[in-house]
Amino acid sequence: MLTRIPLAALIGLFFTALFFLLAIFAPLIAPYGYDEVVSPGFWEPASAEHLFGTDNIGRDLLSRMIYGLRTTIWIATLATILSFTTGAVLGFLAAVFGGWVDQALSRFVDLVMSIPSLILALVILSVTPVTVLVLILIMGFLDSTRVYRLARAVAVDINVMDFVEAAKLRGEGRIWVIFREILPNALSPLVAEMGLRFIFMVLFISTLSFLGLGIQPPTADLGGMVRENSEGLTYGIGAALYPAITIALLAISVNLVADWVLSRTTSLKGGRG
Amino acid sequence: MGPVARLLAQRISLGLLLLFLVSILIFLGTMVLPGDVAQQILGQSATPEALANLRAELGVNDPPVARYFEWLGGLLTGDLGTALTSGQSINEAIGRRLSNTLFLAFWAALITVPLAIFLGLLAVRYQERWPDKLISATTLTTISMPEFVLGYILMFFVGVRLGWLPPTAVGFRPDGDLLSRLESIALPVMVLTLVVLAHMMRMTRAAILNVMQSAYIETAELKGLTTFTVIRRHAFPNAISPVINVVMLNLAYLVVGVVVVEIVFNYPGMGQYLVDHVTKRDVPVVQACGIIFAAIYIGLNLTADVVSILTNPRLRHPK
Repeated sequence: MLTRIPLAALIGLFFTALFFLLAIFAPLIAPYGYDEVVSPGFWEPASAEHLFGTDNIGRDLLSRMIYGLRTTIWIATLATILSFTTGAVLGFLAAVFGGWVDQALSRFVDLVMSIPSLILALVILSVTPVTVLVLILIMGFLDSTRVYRLARAVAVDINVMDFVEAAKLRGEGRIWVIFREILPNALSPLVAEMGLRFIFMVLFISTLSFLGLGIQPPTADLGGMVRENSEGLTYGIGAALYPAITIALLAISVNLVADWVLSRTTSLKGGRG
Repeated sequence: MGPVARLLAQRISLGLLLLFLVSILIFLGTMVLPGDVAQQILGQSATPEALANLRAELGVNDPPVARYFEWLGGLLTGDLGTALTSGQSINEAIGRRLSNTLFLAFWAALITVPLAIFLGLLAVRYQERWPDKLISATTLTTISMPEFVLGYILMFFVGVRLGWLPPTAVGFRPDGDLLSRLESIALPVMVLTLVVLAHMMRMTRAAILNVMQSAYIETAELKGLTTFTVIRRHAFPNAISPVINVVMLNLAYLVVGVVVVEIVFNYPGMGQYLVDHVTKRDVPVVQACGIIFAAIYIGLNLTADVVSILTNPRLRHPK
């Protein structure tokens, strides 16, 4: 089984697992606290005590990055789950009910997708308090539009298959059809898409935090850490690059895994949705 | 009216309708929270006088529908209102910054578009061989990087360590000579190019491959036409519309890239203006910037549609 996984996917799997383990066990692994000022100076170079040096106010950069990874992954995961539940349920509803329900939902999704999510998110964030819950809600709902389109397309195909017709003729209700007939058959293309949505969430929350409109300090998160340490770059201090490269590595490794899963499921199904 | 003209009229009026609906969406976006906007903007510690002033300035005492139409009327007559934080006209600030942003985006587009099409063609020509694989691997890497990560990496290594180019755009003067302006935006342009290039190239490659694998190309080859004739007579007319579509869609993507890149390099453009005023909770400025970004985005998408209608050979010869 393992030998049939391509090398790129194996590397992706390894790093994805590593990042998730670091995130889950952050308090056990990180040598210092995320908010613990460990030295009087700032931006100290790497040393035996501080493998990546210290940050802009003298906190251990490595510890903060491990905690930052935890925050970023945690928020991205919750937002992905929200986006999938909302998008999939609404997409299935639109496909099964059809008619004006489908029209109303689909046209609204077209409208939301007609402008970039970042711009819409910024507009909303100008009046809402910037808290973790609000961020997850905004990211989840804005992204659910993409899941909606996929879920609807897949469900429309399944909805006209014989076994669904049979269920309808037996007199099963629409909710039964959605959860017992369509959901199990639509699951594999949706799950394959999940990795890509997760990456998008990681990049989204990192960008918002980088702009100062995401996770607020002193909580550590990768995008916010780039922002905190970015000033050092013009003086030749590379502290901001470590969290920046971590974001890229996380995204690339999940991408490699997602690509592999996607190619496997599409070859099984002979094309996606 | 010919079918092409009818289609065009249809698309353009749809685009205008979409823009109108988006203006409602943006307006509603600043009202997502129930309750007092003034309180949310000023925070719990605000004095009652300050709250009353802000409420009057925002016009929250009027019903929302009236406020929306007042705002829309202002937009249509070219009056974007005044900024809450500075009390100055938004038109003036945006006029200056929009031209800076367009300057940045123009140079990014000028470099990206030919490069992307060339690399896309190269990837198709050497499909599944090392140039194609190298290009795919590079694009996978840049697609997975947010703009600011790429920006800081280039700033640090090219701007600070090597010192080849100015690391930030703070030296940018809109009235300076072209060469000095180009020098200060060199790194931001490079970042935007890399970010958009990846998407554009991947999609160009897919679009051209899609045409090259279709049945009429195979027929043309089987007829014994030379490769050049096949490309000139059959592939090119059909590939041009998807390629232009790809280019336009990705230029629209620049809209988002520009916001982040301007913050990274401290460039005085629209993106910086928007983000600054989101932080300051200056709702009128945010709405104005939001609708302008949305209009540019929708405009580029609309242009993509229009161009693909005009260049579609099937539509030129109605049955």
